[in-house]
Parts: sequence; structure tokens; C-alpha cells
Amino acid sequence: MPRTIIEKLWDSHIVHEQPGAPTLLFIDLHLVHEVTSPQAFEGLRERGIGVRRPDLTIATADHSIPTTDRSLPIVDEIAARQLAQLETNCAQFGIRCLGVHSDRQGIVHVIGPELGLTQPGMTVVCGDSHTATHGAFGALAFGIGTSQVEHVLASQCLLQRKSKTFQVRVDGALKPGVSAKDIILALIAKIGVGGGTGSVLEYTGSAIRALSMEERMTVCNMSIEGGARAGLIAPDDTTFEYLYGRPHAPQGAAWDAALARWKRLPTDEGAAYDHSAAIDADALEPMITYGTNPGMGVSINAPLPDPALLSDPMQRDSVAKALRYMGLEGGKPLVGHPIDVVFIGSCTNSRIGDLRTAASVLKGRKVNPKVRVMVVPGSQEVKRQAIAEGLPELFRAAGCEWREPGCSMCIAMNGDQLAPGQYSVSTSNRNFEGRQGKAAAPSWPAP
Amino acid sequence: MKPFTNFESRIVPLPINNVDTDQIIPARFLKTTSKQGLDKQLFNDWRYDAQGNPNPDFVLNQPAAQGAQVLLAGDNFGCGSSREHAPWALTQFGFRAIVSTSFADIFKQNSLKNSLLPIAVPPDVHAELFEAVRQDPAATVKIDLANQTLTTPAGHTVEFPVDGFSKYCLLEGVDELGYILQRTGEIGAYEAAHPAPINTLV
Repeated sequence: MPRTIIEKLWDSHIVHEQPGAPTLLFIDLHLVHEVTSPQAFEGLRERGIGVRRPDLTIATADHSIPTTDRSLPIVDEIAARQLAQLETNCAQFGIRCLGVHSDRQGIVHVIGPELGLTQPGMTVVCGDSHTATHGAFGALAFGIGTSQVEHVLASQCLLQRKSKTFQVRVDGALKPGVSAKDIILALIAKIGVGGGTGSVLEYTGSAIRALSMEERMTVCNMSIEGGARAGLIAPDDTTFEYLYGRPHAPQGAAWDAALARWKRLPTDEGAAYDHSAAIDADALEPMITYGTNPGMGVSINAPLPDPALLSDPMQRDSVAKALRYMGLEGGKPLVGHPIDVVFIGSCTNSRIGDLRTAASVLKGRKVNPKVRVMVVPGSQEVKRQAIAEGLPELFRAAGCEWREPGCSMCIAMNGDQLAPGQYSVSTSNRNFEGRQGKAAAPSWPAP
Repeated sequence: MKPFTNFESRIVPLPINNVDTDQIIPARFLKTTSKQGLDKQLFNDWRYDAQGNPNPDFVLNQPAAQGAQVLLAGDNFGCGSSREHAPWALTQFGFRAIVSTSFADIFKQNSLKNSLLPIAVPPDVHAELFEAVRQDPAATVKIDLANQTLTTPAGHTVEFPVDGFSKYCLLEGVDELGYILQRTGEIGAYEAAHPAPINTLV
């Protein structure tokens, strides 16, 4: 029977099946960070057990790490303790830790791919909902809670129920100025923030094939914002070219063997999906969100919805509440609204291609002195590449701050945050209330 | 885990759709390395004003919420991040069940691992419960996991879905990791047949 790539990935990782119980699934790569792991390591200590496969596990510091000069001590004592705890836990359990002072440190979903650890055909998990990013390589990658982090540390396995398959077909060609981010924001606006619940998305179609690996990561990254735990793209020559020569990618004969394996992954002709949706790439405009969930997105020049004109009472209330929180008026476009902060970064858009795009806009221009622009590279490797291309000087000359790698103002738990009442435009993935600081009003566009 | 038992409780109504985990517990409280002490920060930014004083309009600060064990929430409760701090905070506050029409996947899985029962009910029952608690803040529901039933304040008994394995784990207080570790033989066999494509240690 023809199978989708989602089913092939599932089938090839089954360790044990028993009637009435979820499937025991093997995990090929476990990414660990400081925020969702301490209680899991503590659980291992309480049980007196170790990490089963340190060779399939890697840790980094990204969420609570400051993005200021790394040679200075960390001011926030609680964050400092959490970061130190990660290093202690990794040392005790024999896990490689790309910690605060590592020259490979970075956002967990940036460093996995750049090190060549994320490969087609793998199962990848992390205690972070944006783990779907790794699906860009044709991997089944999803976020887990801390109990499950403990399960994977102890057994390299997870109990899982099979998800539904959901094809998202994106055909056509993106207009200039329209990017990968617009594809995913348009999808979420279409299916809603719960539309993908219970499903793994497979992004297909000519517009997806035309994307670079970095752009594919941007699309897969936000699968969770549509409720899907995972989203993926079948590997092709773009994937293989990206991986070739990376530090952990197979070499020599192993590369050839891997390539043969990877080429069998794409969905078979005639395989059926449980759900499907289509996006017309030709019709897409640059998108921006205006509200308090990622489904509240509109084309940049379009007027915001007017709650008075919405027929569904729950939707009317929710849009009205969001506009009230944001201090915005329905019926008017967002363009022209003053902003206080611009954040360029996060696991969605902090890779070198994103920084090049931002630089191309800022080159020879000056930021309004009333606006703070933070540029936060996704990893030390991205930072090195940016330096080699002269980007930090360009950003600074334009009046931007050039910072150290981390999640920064995407989750705003490291001190990078908005003041109450400030407006920001950000390249990150979530516009939840207070996400970028208490009582702050975030919104974001595609870069 | 302690076995999950039947109970009757008042209901805390939170008629908001798509409540994300950043609302349940804001990210700035995730710098802790412990599971404990999170109940104070549950719904922090709705519950307290800028000075840290309780917001009297927020439902958790109202007298009827004290001691209540059931949260009645809008659609797609728990969307957003994977933080297990959300069910930790909810259970430490005293909640044992969340009733909604639907739940986000990761939140649901995290809840089941912490003896917090996500109960999905049809929209009409959902609306009936909100109406019942609006009329009488002291109205109660009965939760019976073994029979998978919720009894509304009006006495309607409705069934709710829960997968058999999660139900067994909740009722018996079974720890999932203990169950997984009984499969070490099968895990070893899988590993032997599937050489790892990577080694993070080199």
C-alpha cells in the first residue's frame, strides 16, 4: 500500500506495539536545553538511573541566556543558576553541552541542522514546541513535555499514538517580497490555531520545492502555531546539498548509503492523507499578525477585521478582546502604526539568510532614533558567518543593536523584553499576550 | 503518581478560547529548576495587577474558586509551548480536571502525566456548564473516570473520551517511565538492528 513520508517515518521507528497501549517509538536525536530539562534530570537522580544514549543527545543554552557580552557575569541569579544546572547535569550524565561559553552555542533549532545532526528519516524531539523546525529535513520532529524528556533520557523512546496525516499543498510562485513566513502565516490564518491538532503536516507543492532549507525551516517551525505538533517536507536535492559536508553528516561511503535511504522517504504516488489544505502561492501577500494568537494574521495592507462585522459571537469576542489588548482599531490597516521595538531573531528567523534579508533592507538607511532594533543571530556559527560578511557593522551603522545568540525577545525570559505599552514588530513566532513582556503588545510581520 | 479517584467539585469558569500556556504560566517563571511553587504564578498576568495585587475581577480570585478542582475553559485550551509547568501550576493550585471542547496536543499529554484529567465535552454540554455556573457559582460537577462520565449540576450524565492506556495509568497511578523501562529488551533489539546515523559525542 502506498504510504506517506509521515507513515514511513512512523513505521521505521516502532520498537514495540501492544494492543490497547500507545506505540513505543525510538528517538534518533534528543535536543536538550536549560528550561525544560532540570526536573527531568532530577527525576533520573531520584530513580537512580542514567541516560541511555548520550551519543544521541546534545544540549545547549538558549532560552534564559542573556544576549549581552558573554564575558560578563550573568546578572539574573535565577537564570544563572538554571544555566549552571544544565552544565552540571550534562557533566554528570555524560551529555555534550554546547553551553554559555561554547563556540557552537545557539538556539537549539538552529544548531541541530547547522551541525548536520538533523537528518532525513530521523525522529527528533526536544522539550520545546518549535521542534517541528527539523521536519524541514524530512524528519519526524516534535515538541515534548518534561516528563517525556525524562522518558527519552532514560530509554531513548517515547510512548506515542499515531497522528493523522495532513497534506498542505502550496503551488505557484511567491511574488518578490513574499517569503516562507507568509506561507505559514497564511496557512494558520486559514486553518486556525487549532486546525492541525492531532495531525502531522506534510508541506508539498512547487512553492515548497522552490524554498531553501532555511526557508523550509521557517515554514515547519510554525506548524505548532496551527496546532500540529509536527510538520515536515520530503527531502530532495536542496536538502542533500545543505547537509553535505556538515560536521555530523555522513561522509564517503556512508554518505552514499544515506542518500540511497533518504531518496526512498518521499510519499509514494497515490498515498492518501487524512486531511488536506491548499495555499495559492501566487496570491500571497506579505502577512502581519495584529492580535494575540498566530491565527490573527492579515495581508500587510489589508484592513484589520472589524468585530462588528463578524457573525460568529465567539470569534467576534476574541477579535474584539485582542484588538482591545493591542490598542488597535478594526477596519484600518496596521501599516503606519508607530512602533517602539523591532526584534530580528528566534528559531523562526535568525539564520544567515534572514540576517542577509534584514541587512539588504537596512543597508544605507537609518533606523528612526525612537525605535530600538535588536538583531539576535541564531547561533555562534550564524554570528561568525555574519561577521565574515560584514553584517554587524552594517546593522550598527543603521542604528541596530547586534547581540549574542539566544531565544531573546521571542520568549522574553532572559531580560530582553518590552516595557509595558510598547509596540514591537518581530520576526518570531508567537504574539500571545505578554509574550514579549508583561502588558506588552507584540505583533510581527514576515521578514 | 497517586491513583485518580472520583470526585465532586465546584467549577471555575474561564470562557476564553485558545488559552495558551504563556497565559497559564508566563515564561519568566520558567527559570526555576524545581517543579514546586508554581501555583502562585498560575494565570499570573490575569490574576495580579502591575503591583502584584490580586485582580478582583479575575475568576481565580473570587471566593467560589477557592477549593474548586475543575476548570471550565474555552476551545483549544493549552495551545502554544510545551512547558509542563502549565499542568504543574494547575495541579498545585488544586485543579484535577479541565473541561473544554478541545485541548492542544502537548498540553493534553503533559496533563495526563500529572494526574490532571482533560475532559472534552460536546459544545452543548460545554454551554450548559457555563450557564449553570453563571446562575450558581457554587454549582458542582461529578467526575467518574472509571465510567468516563461527567455529571452536570442539572444531573445530566455525559460520557467523555479517554484512551484506555491513559485511563489505566491514571486509575492505577502507573508511572509511564516504569512501563517503558520494562521494554528494555525490545529497545536493545531495535538499537542492534538500527545503527545510529550520528554520534553527538565525537
